[in-house]
Parts: sequence; C-alpha cells; structure tokens
Amino acid sequence: MKVSEIVARCEELYSDLHLSYVKEWKRRNKRKAIGYMPIYVPRQIIHAAGMLPVGIMGAGDTLEIIRGDAYYQSYICHIPRSTIELGLTGRLDCLDGLLFPAICDVIRNLSGMWQLMFADKYVKYMDFPQNFNESIGGEFYARELEQLREDLVKMGNKPVGVDELNESIIRYNANAKAIKDLYALRSDAPHRVPTYELYLLMRASNILEVSEHTSLVEEYLSAVGKEDRQELDNIRVIVTGVFCEQPPLGLIRALEHSGCYIVDDDWVLGARFIDRDIEVGDDPIRALATGYIKHGVATSSRYIDQEEKGRHLLDRVEELSAEGVIFASPSFCDPALLERPMLQAALSKSNIPYTSFKFGENSGQYQVIKEQTGTFSDSIKLWGTA
Amino acid sequence: MECYIGVDLGSTTTKAIYIDENEKVLGRGITNSRSNYELACEIAADEAAINSRFHMLRRKLAENKQAGKQTSELMDWLTCKFKLAQHFRQVDALEKVCKTIVDEWDDKNLRRAYKAALDSIFDTMRSEAEPMFQPRVTARSDFFRDIASSHYLDSAELLARNGDISFDRLTGIFDKAILLVEAESFATAYDDYLDFASAETIKVDGYKVLRDDIRRATEYAATIEFNAINTIGTGYGRQTLPFPKHQIRSEILCHGLGAHIMFPATRTVLDIGGQDTKAIQVDGKGIVTNFQMNDRCAAGCGRYLGYIADEMSMGVHELGPLAMTASKTIRINSTCTVFAGAELRERLALGEKREDILSGLHRAIVIRSMSLLARSGGVRNEFTFTGGVAKNEAATDALKMLIVENYGEMTINVSPDSIYTGALGAALFAKRDQKGDLVNVDLKKLRKRVS
Amino acid sequence: MTRDATVQKEQSMVLQKDMIAAHFKRLANAKETGKKVVYTFVPGNLNELIWAFDMLPVHPEINALQSAMRKKSSSYVIEAEKFGHSEDVCTYVKCDIGMLKKGNIGPTGEKLPEPDLLLLSYTGCFTFMKWFELLKQEYDCPVAMLHVPYQADGEKTPEMIEYVSKQLREEVVPLMEKVSGNKLDKGRLRMLMESSARAEENLVAVWESAKNKPSPIDAYFGGVYYIGPIFSAFRGLDVAEEYYRTLREEVDARVEHKLGPITPDGPMKDERYRLVVEGPPNWTSFREFWKMFYDEGAVVVSSSYTKVGGIYDNGFRHDPDRPFQSMAEYCTGCYTNLNLPTRIQYLQQAIDDYHADGFLINSIKSCNSFSAGQLLILRELEKRTGKAGGFIESDLVDPRYFSAANIKNRLESYFQMIDAKRNG
Repeated sequence: MKVSEIVARCEELYSDLHLSYVKEWKRRNKRKAIGYMPIYVPRQIIHAAGMLPVGIMGAGDTLEIIRGDAYYQSYICHIPRSTIELGLTGRLDCLDGLLFPAICDVIRNLSGMWQLMFADKYVKYMDFPQNFNESIGGEFYARELEQLREDLVKMGNKPVGVDELNESIIRYNANAKAIKDLYALRSDAPHRVPTYELYLLMRASNILEVSEHTSLVEEYLSAVGKEDRQELDNIRVIVTGVFCEQPPLGLIRALEHSGCYIVDDDWVLGARFIDRDIEVGDDPIRALATGYIKHGVATSSRYIDQEEKGRHLLDRVEELSAEGVIFASPSFCDPALLERPMLQAALSKSNIPYTSFKFGENSGQYQVIKEQTGTFSDSIKLWGTA
Repeated sequence: MECYIGVDLGSTTTKAIYIDENEKVLGRGITNSRSNYELACEIAADEAAINSRFHMLRRKLAENKQAGKQTSELMDWLTCKFKLAQHFRQVDALEKVCKTIVDEWDDKNLRRAYKAALDSIFDTMRSEAEPMFQPRVTARSDFFRDIASSHYLDSAELLARNGDISFDRLTGIFDKAILLVEAESFATAYDDYLDFASAETIKVDGYKVLRDDIRRATEYAATIEFNAINTIGTGYGRQTLPFPKHQIRSEILCHGLGAHIMFPATRTVLDIGGQDTKAIQVDGKGIVTNFQMNDRCAAGCGRYLGYIADEMSMGVHELGPLAMTASKTIRINSTCTVFAGAELRERLALGEKREDILSGLHRAIVIRSMSLLARSGGVRNEFTFTGGVAKNEAATDALKMLIVENYGEMTINVSPDSIYTGALGAALFAKRDQKGDLVNVDLKKLRKRVS
Repeated sequence: MTRDATVQKEQSMVLQKDMIAAHFKRLANAKETGKKVVYTFVPGNLNELIWAFDMLPVHPEINALQSAMRKKSSSYVIEAEKFGHSEDVCTYVKCDIGMLKKGNIGPTGEKLPEPDLLLLSYTGCFTFMKWFELLKQEYDCPVAMLHVPYQADGEKTPEMIEYVSKQLREEVVPLMEKVSGNKLDKGRLRMLMESSARAEENLVAVWESAKNKPSPIDAYFGGVYYIGPIFSAFRGLDVAEEYYRTLREEVDARVEHKLGPITPDGPMKDERYRLVVEGPPNWTSFREFWKMFYDEGAVVVSSSYTKVGGIYDNGFRHDPDRPFQSMAEYCTGCYTNLNLPTRIQYLQQAIDDYHADGFLINSIKSCNSFSAGQLLILRELEKRTGKAGGFIESDLVDPRYFSAANIKNRLESYFQMIDAKRNG
C-alpha cells in the first residue's frame, strides 16, 4: 500500500462513528467486542478471550451533541457528553461491554451512569492502584485483572488460560514495538512522518485487531521510507497535557502548519502506556500487573511518588532534542490542568520554553491557537526562547 | 367592570394583560423595560387598559346594525387615529423638553440657532406622522423612542450638513430629552385621544353616516371603569415590585399556565427569552411538574443572538430572515458566546456565506435548548414554543426539525402573542389564586411610592 | 421553652467554637511544643490514627471553606490563578494554594504550621491526589499515599478492605512512626476508636430526629455544623464526644417541644417544605443561601453532603476490635466513594424515610466527584419517587459562581411548583 492509501484507510476508521469495522469483525468471527475508555486497559486479556478490544475516545468534532448535553453541566469536559451521545444514538450497540478505567472523577461516575443507562451491557470500572508497591498495589491490581478475566470467560464461553494470555501478550508486545519504531522515526525525521498521519495510525489501534494494526504500522513505515518529503525550518516540540479527551484533527494540522514539528505527544497514550515488553511466562496476569506497576508512563492521572515532578518530561525533552513544549489540555480536565503548573515550573527551572492552551474535542476554531503556536515557533527560531 | 391584571417584568420588555371574570383576555400592553421597572410596569398596564377599551369598543360597534358590518375597518381607523393623537402628544412633550434644554444655554445666538433647528425638526416630525398612522401601514416599531429617534436623527443629519448646526449637539439634546419623556405615561389622556380618533374617523369617506354609532361607541369606551380585583406580578424584575409576596409568582409557573391557556393540550413548553431559556413540563391543568433553566452560561438564549448581531453589525431582528435564505447549514460547535465571535470570524474568513453561518448559529442555539428540554423530561405532545426568540422564523424552523428528529411527529404551537405568555399566566393566577389580603395594587402610584 | 432550647443550642455551639479555637492554638504552638503536624483530607480520614501518634491534623478543605466564610477565598483563588492555575479547576485547591502563597494564615488569624507529613488518603476524589502533589512542591516533607478503591459495584469487597488495611499496616503506619518518632500506641488507638463510636451513635440519633414533623434540625445548613467535629480534627477525642452528647440532648428537647430548627434569624416557625439535598453547599454566601430556604419555610431533612466524611446511618461504627479493617471500611464507605446507582438509592431512601416533599441538587462547579452524573440522579429520582426535583448551580468557594438572583429565582419557582403540585 502507498502512504496515501494507508492514511485514507485510517481516516475512514477514524471518522466511522458507527464502527462498521467492529460489526464486520464480529460477524466474521462470531465473537464479542469490548469497548474501553481512555487511557489504558489491559487489552491482552480481552484479546485472549477471543474478543475485540475497541477504544472509545469520544466523538471528535463531527457529531452534533443533542442528548449527551442533557446529562452534563457546562463546566464538565466534553468527552462524556459525546460518549453518551454515541451510546444513546445506538452507535455503540455493537459493543458487548464497556470498561471505565480509573482516571478521573468524571469517567469514574460515567461508569455508574452506564450501569443505569445501558443495563443490559457488561460494565466494569477498572480500578487502577495508586500504590506502586508490587506486594500491595500489584496484588490488588492482579485481582482486578483476574476478575476481568473471569468475567470475560463467562461472557465468551471460552477458557482463557496461560497460553491464550501469553499469545496475546506476544501480539501486543509486537504492536508496541511497531509503535515505538513509528515514534522513533518521527522524532528522527519528523518531516517524513507528519503527526497528522501518525495520529491517525494511532487512532486505528483503537479499532483494528492488534496484529492487523501492527502490519498496518509496519507497512506505513516501509512505505513512508519511499516517499520524498521536504524538510522545513520548523522547531521541534513535545505536545503534552492530555490523557483522555483528544484534540480534533484540525487542531493537530493547525499545530503542524504553525511551524512546529511534534516529536512526542501523549495522545492515544493507552497504546504505549507500558514502556517495555510484558513478560511472557507462567503467570501472565501477574506479568501484566507488574508491567503496570513498574513500567507505566508518567501522566497526570497517575500518582508519582518517588520521582521529582516533571522528570519524565524533562528527560523526554533532552532525549528528543526538543526545543519547546506545548501544553494542550482539554477544558475542564482537572488532573491535566492541575498538573500543568507543576510541569511548567519544572520546565522554567531548566529554561525550556513552553506555551499553553486548552481545547475541546469539538473545538471549531484553531486560528487563535495557530497564531499562538506560530509565534512560539518563530520566537524560538529567532532567539531560541519563547 | 371587574378585571384581573397580570404583569410580566422582563429584562427587555414589560408586558401586561387584563382579563375579565370569565378569564377572557381584554387587552394587552407592552413597553420596553428601561432601567425603571416600576415605570415600565405602569406604562405596560396603561397600554393594556387602552387595549381593553378598544376591545370593548369593538364589541360596542359590532352591536350596531350599520356600523357593525364595518367593525374591522372602523377599528383600524380608530386605532390609527388614536395612536396618532398619542404620538402627537408625545411629540409635543419631546419638543418642549428639547427646547427647555436649549433655553438653559448661555449663548444667545446658539440658543436661537438651535431653537430654529428644533422647530424645523419637529415640523418635519409632525408632517411625517400622519402617513405612518394609516390602516395597513406596518409600523417600524411600537415604541415612541424608536420612531422619534429615527425621524429626529434623519432631520438632524440634514440640518447639520448645510449649516452651523452640530449633529452631535442635536443628538445630545435628544438623548437627554427622550429619557424625560419616557419617564411619563401618555396613556392617561386616553379620552382626548378617543375624541380625536372618533372625530378623524368620521371625516373618512363614507363614515359620515355612521357618525352617531361611532360617537356612542367611543364615548362608551372612554367611560368604562376598570376595577382591578387582583394583580399578580411575575418576570425577571418581579422582586423589585412593591407587591405583597402572595401577589408575586415565579415566571416558570406563569409561563406554564399561560401556555396551557393559549394551547390547552400543551404538555411541554420552551421559552427562549433575552436572559434565559426555560424548559417547562405541565400537566393537564397547566400546573408545572418540572422545569429546567439554562446555567450561568448565556449560550442558547436570546442574548447570544444579540452578540452575533453585534459581531455582524446587524439588527437582531434581521438575523432570522437572513438565515432563512441560507442554502446550507454550517456546523457551529461553539455555542459559547465568548467563542462564537471567533468561530464566526474564522468561518467568514474561510469564505462561508453569512446566511449559511447564521443558519448554523440558529441551529446551535436550538440544540442547546434541546438539552435543556431533555433535562426537564423530554418533549411531549403538544409542544409550545414561546418567548422573544419564538418570533424568529429561523430558530422556529430549526427547532421544529430537531423536535421531529428526536421525539417524532407532534403538534408544535407557536403563537404570535407568545411574548405575553407569562403575563397571561400571571393574570390567570390573579383570577384563580385569590388568597390572603388582596392589595389592590395601584400601578400608577407605584412610581411615586418607590421614588 | 423556646428560650431554653436556644440556650441549650448555644451550649453545643460554644463547645464547638472552643474546641476549634483550642485546636488552632495547638497548631500555632506546634513547633514550640514539638508536636508533629499532619495535613490530610476530610473524607474517610484517619483521625484516630493521627491522634494515636499524638500528631495534629490540618484539613485543607476546611481551611478553604473557612476562608470562603470569612470572604477571603476570592483573593486566594485569584492568587492561585496568577500562579498559572486554570479557571476551570477545583476552587478548593486554588483557595488553599492561594492561602499558602499569601502566608498560610488560618481561620483564627494565626499562621498554620508547615506539615511534617502529607497524609494523602485518597478517597472519593481524584483531585485530592493532584492537590497534595501540588503541596509537595511547596513543602519538604514525606507523603503517605493511601489509595482507597471505589465502590464501583456498590459494595465494599473483602479485597478492597484488605488492600486498604494492608497499605495502612505496611506503609502508612510505618511512615507515621518514622515521622512522629513513636511506635503506634495501640491502647490509645482503641480508646480513641471507642470514643468515636459513641459520638457516631449520637450523631446518627441527631440525623434521625429529622424524621419528626416539624424537623428539629436542618440537616444541611445546620448539618454542616453538626459534622464539624466528627469529620475534622476531633473524632475520637473527649470534646467531640461531649459535643454530640450535648447536641443530642438539645435536639431531643426540641423534638419534645415540637420546635423547628434554629436559623441565624432565630427559630424557624412554619415548616412548609421538607427537602432532601444532594451536593455540597456554597460557602461564600452561606448565610444568604440558607436564608433563601428558611424564609420560605423550607427545611432540609437529609443531605448527602453531611455524609461526605463517612456514612454512619447504615450502621457503620468505628470498631476498636478490628482497628485497621474498621478504618478501611470507613474510608471506603464515604458518600462520594459510592457509585452512581448506590448514591441514587441512598437519596431515594432518604426521601422516603424522611417524608420529604422533594429533593434539590446543588451542583457545584468545582466538584466533579459530586457533580458529574447529577443530572442523571435528578432524572432517576424523579422517576422513582414522583417527587419534585430541583436543580441549582453554584460553587464551593469562588464567589464568581454564586449568582444570588439566579438561585433565588429557581428556588422560588421550585417551592411554588411543590405548592402547585399539592394544590393541583
């Protein structure tokens, strides 16, 4: 496939709020599909149960919110509205269950709303531990995972043993590797991997069966090597401040067109939430728990105990030779917005320039943001500082 | 005759309604709320009283053998001439105040020049009045301030163009004077106006033979005594009324009952006013069973349209008609008033047509009220749409479409008198809910008492 | 008789005032007396454990609400926004950060001591975690994280209790021993917990008194005073026990004489509306807000906010025989740690048990933990009880989000709707 074909395929998946791929997959495989909210869930278990994990990240800027708004006050972020809109308009009917990870109060409460509003569906709140001691938090989490495994065994009428789990872990490790390569190529040569394309590929990981996604990423990597793309005089930036509600595509384009090469981001973070391979062995549930406890990435919904605040971001800036940081957070996102001043302080201390703005998944205008990040880019180019 | 009065003190307009003991509407009155709620209340009630007199006048005329056949035409003439008389009285008052202002200046030459200018302005104003108050002529506005200001400023501009007269100075005089004139009610001299109306109407071709019928009817209308048994106030400014508590009702309840009276099968009411939007559910008797109002955000109420109009340098009443000419509806995501301007400019910069964007903006507002409706318990048959925005055809069309899409086919009522819904409900409460010691609220004395 | 009741009422208020004053005095002198200071949150707090180590607790939420009642919160919130905090986020946090930046002067005008330990008992609210991460940037002291799992399926499972008590035994207590320099005094912990249970018993009796008509208490506006000692620094102490004994006696006397609650304008006369309220109150205009209720004869007979620290009316008492499990159950059981279906059941039960005419939601801009989902709660409760539901919006400590005219308008309409429903 050519790059343009791969991108077109991803665009189609991205904009298909009716989840045709999922319906088709279910029909072909005669199996169930389990949805999950951001950031992260252990998709390996769902996969091992022979089910399709489907990441739901709101509805972007294309769906008119009519019913979803009836459930939320104006000071609450946008993603739960669009998720309810998707649910009430039947767009999520093809999902046999929905998992709600413990990331914030809004998504937490949405799990209970889902229990009431979609009583015939499987709903599970994934309570991630904020205690990162393996024998305490690790044990608690392993029990959560075991519970999920048991529930899915019941739902799927299919045993999920060590072999099935290990097989899925191997596939997801391979997927993580392909994604890592993709990110590495973008930070090495950002002009060759526009973020618009990378982002769409990442969004495809929410929908596609894992091995299909891995192949797609690999194909993209080989195809993009053959394209001749011109390098521009852009600055290298890291975009951070999101773990759940995603920026609209237009916003990502606007950032790129304002003179910024995005060399790292925290979008679709669930697909690279654990930064090394999950071990294959006798106790795959425990291995998944350990992966989460020991090797999870830093994000604002996770309690960071030992490390100094902002360390992770500072390290990324250095590793990737980023010249600045853009904080792009969803409006009304308490964890991300409360985290922001701490990260900003860490950057200031190290003289790393940054700029910040808020968005909603349905933001309709980018001109102001483009102006802002364009100025940011220019000032770094001219004076090396913002 | 015995009557009951409902007064709705809105943020932009104040409405009053008189009903009789059979709960039939006698008359309606409306005025702009100004900064003085008490005065607005008094004027609206005066207007409603006049409107009631006209209601009785029509009945009286209809009783006559000959005149009865031409009641409608006669009423048109009588109404126009009545308004003309009232208008002349207001013009006189305005002229007087303007000249008093000039009289206080020190410079004699200046005084002379500006008095002459004022003479010319007011002569023109009077000569322009007659053609405006004719049957089948649509008034540009019902409010004296609007009519007077456009005439005055037009003349002032002409004068300033060819002389030593300053336009700004003339505008300054007007701005000061109109405030004082607005602080007066011109309804009290209704008997003089009726006399004038009757005399002028008789002069019209073919009506001379009806002279006696006309005179009898107008004299009757001038002498009716309205005895207000109970008055109830509602609306945004109701707390400022010096009414006892049991003579004040929340606008939610009044809107619910008012909508029920206008359309008895109403179960869901949506009212989009200037300051807020209300979704109300009522039972078969018009009793409110549930309601929701918009939160502190102005998105989705009339004021949002005001911002948009300002942003486009248009009058708020021009938005709907322009939106109706759209060939497509642009998706607008921000109903946030703060962002709407930015989104609007961005869409314009992208080359989108104004009417298409406006069509999208109307839809965006209506979508906000859809969620309010959903919060209050959904939309049930029949659905009644009221409030200032109900006059806007683009909004009404968008609403109808969304109601049908989301709740199926049903009867959707939009009344041209919907602006009076709250006042009507209040009047009904005045009739039905007479408890405690009724205080006969003398609306005329309100102002004095407050000042 | 009325006078007697008023005098007794004053007695419990005096007790409360005195214990608060004494505590802030202790805090002001902490450095001289060598007492260690623990900052911790109200919901599901570990007050008995803190006092068993003879440490002094400070509750930042209470500082924030006190700042609001003293009209200081606005400037604190703006101060925090100057330091880069978004206008979108929780104003409790911003008020606390702002207060810190302006010298950390507590409600009695004395400077609060810096913490020796941040005890992050993370219950029912994600923002707590960010809050103490922010405080950690300001203070050089250790943080004890106690992660309390959510009752996602409406129950406290043995696994949850084990997870919490294990954290307590293996991490929190050892850290507290290290910071305080003392071993945990188990005998003292037992005594404190015994005292807590007795106070809890009396508080439940006070809540249940509202089943009487007229209700002798307002379980929301008055209720926030009643929860003061038990949810803050005093549960387990003799002063708290005495307070609840006295309060119960006062309330019993009011029941006997068929008296309504005492308001800032004196005893309430006619009880016209009995309400259940969901959500925290507004603190910046607390008196004005309350007045909108008692002026209309509206009394709150039960509220969820007064269960935010912990729920006792379902039978929970601190149990000295199983100290860690008991603390774990307490933490896990506070109101905002319940899932939505359970919250709805809880409110529904209150509407029935307390013979309410309707229920009202005060939706708080700052508090997603409470607010996200309240519109569904509204809808479900209306459907299940057939009672009138009201919905108003305000904020905890940011006066910019309290519009008196707007709230009064809605309340007035709401009360008249109850009337119309009754008469219709």
